[in-house]
Amino acid sequence: MAEITPGRAYGFFTDTSVCIGCKACEVACKEWNQLPGHEPAFGDGFDNTGGLDAQNWRHVQFIDNVPDQTMGTGQGKAWLMMSDVCKHCKEASCMEVCPTGAIIRTEFDSVYIQPDVCNGCRNCIAACPYDVISQDEQKGVAQKCTLCYDRMQGNMEPACAKACPTDSIQFGPVDELRQAAQQRVTDLQEQGVTEARLYGDDSSIYGGLNAFFLLMDKPEAYNLPNEQNAVLPRRNNAGGYLATLGTAVLGVFGGLIALRRRREPAAEEGDQP
Amino acid sequence: MTLAQAQHFVAPPHWTWYILFYFFVAGISGGSYLIATLFRLRGDRADEPAARLGYYVAFVALLPAPILLTLDLGKPLRFWHMMWNTTPGEPGLNFKYWSPMSVGVWALLLFGVFATVSFLESLVRDGKLGRPGGRGLDGVFGRVFITVGAILGLFIAGYTGVLLAVSNQPVWSDTWALGGLFLASGLSGSAAMLVLLQRARPAARASEGTLVRSERLYAVLELALIVIFVVTLIPDGTLGIVFGFPWLLLWLVAFAGLVPGIAGLLTSGLTVRGEPAAAHRQSGSGGTAVAAAERTSVMTSVAMPVLVLLGVLALRAAIIFSIQ
Repeated sequence: MAEITPGRAYGFFTDTSVCIGCKACEVACKEWNQLPGHEPAFGDGFDNTGGLDAQNWRHVQFIDNVPDQTMGTGQGKAWLMMSDVCKHCKEASCMEVCPTGAIIRTEFDSVYIQPDVCNGCRNCIAACPYDVISQDEQKGVAQKCTLCYDRMQGNMEPACAKACPTDSIQFGPVDELRQAAQQRVTDLQEQGVTEARLYGDDSSIYGGLNAFFLLMDKPEAYNLPNEQNAVLPRRNNAGGYLATLGTAVLGVFGGLIALRRRREPAAEEGDQP
Repeated sequence: MTLAQAQHFVAPPHWTWYILFYFFVAGISGGSYLIATLFRLRGDRADEPAARLGYYVAFVALLPAPILLTLDLGKPLRFWHMMWNTTPGEPGLNFKYWSPMSVGVWALLLFGVFATVSFLESLVRDGKLGRPGGRGLDGVFGRVFITVGAILGLFIAGYTGVLLAVSNQPVWSDTWALGGLFLASGLSGSAAMLVLLQRARPAARASEGTLVRSERLYAVLELALIVIFVVTLIPDGTLGIVFGFPWLLLWLVAFAGLVPGIAGLLTSGLTVRGEPAAAHRQSGSGGTAVAAAERTSVMTSVAMPVLVLLGVLALRAAIIFSIQ
């Protein structure tokens, strides 16, 4: 592939229509990033990873859509599989609230948590609308997908994209990926796959996601907030502080009333030494 | 799920006990500083002991705050990263006005200076430092100083609620009332704390009536904000999370903490039984004041304040723990 140049925006286009749920992305990610992972745990489905966190920077979601009634041929959509990852939002909630400046935007336009700056306050975890970040128990800092920052500096594509056998995960310059995604969704639509849609390819979701998706159902089905619900934490600053200010004024007022009240004659009722 | 409901797919930040107790002491410290300042600026001479008591409480309650916050960090020794950016090539102070945690760090530092100075000043006035009957920060400078300190105290007591709201968490980010709610409950808790502690400082008992009256008004303010909190959660459908079992039990304690104030207001309005009249206070007849104050029962000055303080803690616990 072409040279990876600083100053250009890079990201993922994850096409869930061709994901086969092999989890090669999860394994490759852990191998490269030396993530020890969690103790094995077995759920009642194919998903034993659980979700994205400090140890899992890629997570293949298995969404069980098996209908209760028998369906006609071609109508059954048994599984939705989707390799989830940090979206590297243009307007990133995590970066917005981070008080230490540990979360930065790199020269590749990815969102990166500097492990030696982060002090583990976990404000980013409270903010991330995608449940991407969590705290590493050993290191104490917040961790998530780095878009393989180190590999990119060495002109290598991220490990998950490299390992993906079906090209469900594609890596490249965001503008090129967007064109490819448009083509792909048009092709699918023409083939009668009307449920295919793009998520995060334009600015309607957090100003545009550098890691965006082609989905086979509405975003909520994949635990992704839709357009109305993709909102930034800072929206609550004004209302929150105004309510505090109003309460403060009433609080001072209440204290003054309490002080004044006893100077009035009524207060003398209790005065019988 | 209807379309009107908010979608939350976030993970909880695991802010637990350290943060609960920090929110509690922040409310008590900030609230006590305000009450002390009101006593000193707008009260009479008999209120001065209560004012000093308030400054003592503001300082002592604030002491554990930085410790609790530091211990809560994943990397406690990097607490100073909150203030100084250690990103290579970008050294400088960290300040983001849009991130309440960032604003709070500086506000806490500043308020710490004011709380410490007012604490030391109260020690001087009480003759505990140097010669007895020392003078404090008098005049315009002193008044401006404690006014600024009181504003910072109000901020410290309230911003913790805004900090929770500036996130994408269910409940927290669905309402704009949390900052006001934490401030109101912090104020009522502070009034209750001072009622409790003035038992150990007889000279401050002259102000007990005012404190009890303040607590009643703050309880009403808190109740109003709980109502707003509930109403703002309805459209987002997250009411069931914060009021579900077992959190309902904590809410019962929180409501119990409102009972002394609201019941007091309903039964006797703003009149407090056994309160010395203004005339006696002005003449400085402390003996009468003390004798009168002593008639207020243990019920009023111990059980009720403790209930209020438990309510302050339970309210914060319900809001912090229910979504995690």
